[in-house]
Amino acid sequence: MNNMMEVQNLSFTYNGAPAPSLKGISLPVEKNKVTALIGPSGCGKSTLLRGMNRIHDLYPGHVYEGAIQLLNSDGETYTDILSLNKEAEMIKLRQRVGMIFQKPTPFPMTILENIAYGLKLSGVKKRTDVEEIVEKSLRDAALWNEVKDRLNDDARGLSGGQQQRLCIARAIALKPEVILFDEPTSALDPISTLAIEEMISVLRETYSICIVTHNMQQAARISDYTGFMYLGEMIEFDKTDTIFMKPSVKQTEDYISGRFG
Amino acid sequence: MRLLMNRLFLMFSTLAALVGLFFLGWILYTLCAKGLAGLSLHVFTHDLIEGGLRNVIVGQIMMSAVATLIGIPVGIMAGIYLQEYGGNSKLTEFIRDLSDVMMSAPSIVVGTFVYAIVVIPTGHTSGWAGVLALFILMVPIIVRTTDDMLKLVPVELREAGIAIGASKYHVTMNIVIRYAKAGILTGVLLAFARVVGETAPLLYTSGSSEFWSTDLTDTFPSLTVSIYNLATMPDEEMVQLGWTGAFLLTAMVLVVNLIGRYASNEKRR
Repeated sequence: MNNMMEVQNLSFTYNGAPAPSLKGISLPVEKNKVTALIGPSGCGKSTLLRGMNRIHDLYPGHVYEGAIQLLNSDGETYTDILSLNKEAEMIKLRQRVGMIFQKPTPFPMTILENIAYGLKLSGVKKRTDVEEIVEKSLRDAALWNEVKDRLNDDARGLSGGQQQRLCIARAIALKPEVILFDEPTSALDPISTLAIEEMISVLRETYSICIVTHNMQQAARISDYTGFMYLGEMIEFDKTDTIFMKPSVKQTEDYISGRFG
Repeated sequence: MRLLMNRLFLMFSTLAALVGLFFLGWILYTLCAKGLAGLSLHVFTHDLIEGGLRNVIVGQIMMSAVATLIGIPVGIMAGIYLQEYGGNSKLTEFIRDLSDVMMSAPSIVVGTFVYAIVVIPTGHTSGWAGVLALFILMVPIIVRTTDDMLKLVPVELREAGIAIGASKYHVTMNIVIRYAKAGILTGVLLAFARVVGETAPLLYTSGSSEFWSTDLTDTFPSLTVSIYNLATMPDEEMVQLGWTGAFLLTAMVLVVNLIGRYASNEKRR
């Protein structure tokens, strides 16, 4: 199979909520492809994304049902990440499935330390190794030329777009297999947005990507597959061209053409 | 009419501000005038028994410093518990409310409490009893500042830490605390400034001594208690020394407060 991840009949209920926020979602994340999730606010697309690395579990009491399969390193068998519960397994999962957030989140450290921090936690200790990976990650995130002379400055001094690219560099330094983007450009200006979009199309060659976006044009520009969600359900999932050119569900067509949402 | 009301209101509030400033200025003026008169090198090089203040200044700072050193880990860890691990449980709310109440507890009550549980059983006043009283006073301040400062750390930062495979412990220690560092430091300094000028909790816990001492197990020299004692002496010279002590204490508290404010301004920049 060619799927890096497979969400199978997933339902998710927030702690104490009377009704589930996700209802029977199924969705593949194909290897080395970009999968976009679109839909109006509150449709559950971020909730779904945050289930895929189980960041929800930072807060107790949420209920998952169904399965989220992640391809093992043998390339054949899958593990249901919902069956993980030890902290060590969760840490390993998050090293394999990285995440970029809506707001840039530089740690209160230097630029170098921001990237080295995750590496050190994952067991890369040798200084030359760390420096090598830091440089490669910054190059891949198209940030190296801008920051190579000030690696020891506080990362919070960078611009918003640079901070977001730093967060991407930080995530890819861990060599994840999947990267989840949660509206990564909604806090950025158009030029920074373009830079991130270009980067995503390059990153696709190495990683499998799932991106939540409010911006339909963005989904159309950068993704291979698109899922349209509404009220916690996956209304339609198909190749991006199909979704945007000739969707098979009326609701999708209405949303794409701006008639609601 | 409206214009008149406006003028009247402005006049009254200016007047009120001036009254407050007037008394503050008066206090500072009296302190400086009377305190500076007795200020000389002799004050810093001799102990109380020889008409100096060396031992009581060192004693006061030492007790406050020891209380702070024990108070910092206890207070910060409690603050971390409240914000990072406690959630919204009843226990968390209870500790939070308790800290608030403790923060406004009259210091003489704390002094009496320590007198009852330490001084009476051991039979004598001691530096440790003073340290304990100051510790009880400052811990709630550190707990609440830490709690408040950690609350200001964006939740996205914690999630980002978790998302790169850090454990909750690592996120708290390496990211959250670091983000809130300046604010926590300010809280510690303000807590120190608060206790360094306290008299009531030391009055019958540490007592005060006229001799040089660094032995916390015995009655311990205290600047504030000495000021109180000196002020009630009939001897003119002793009263003068009390004024000098009061001036030095005020200067000390002022400096620590200013450092605290400076640190918190640094953070905002």
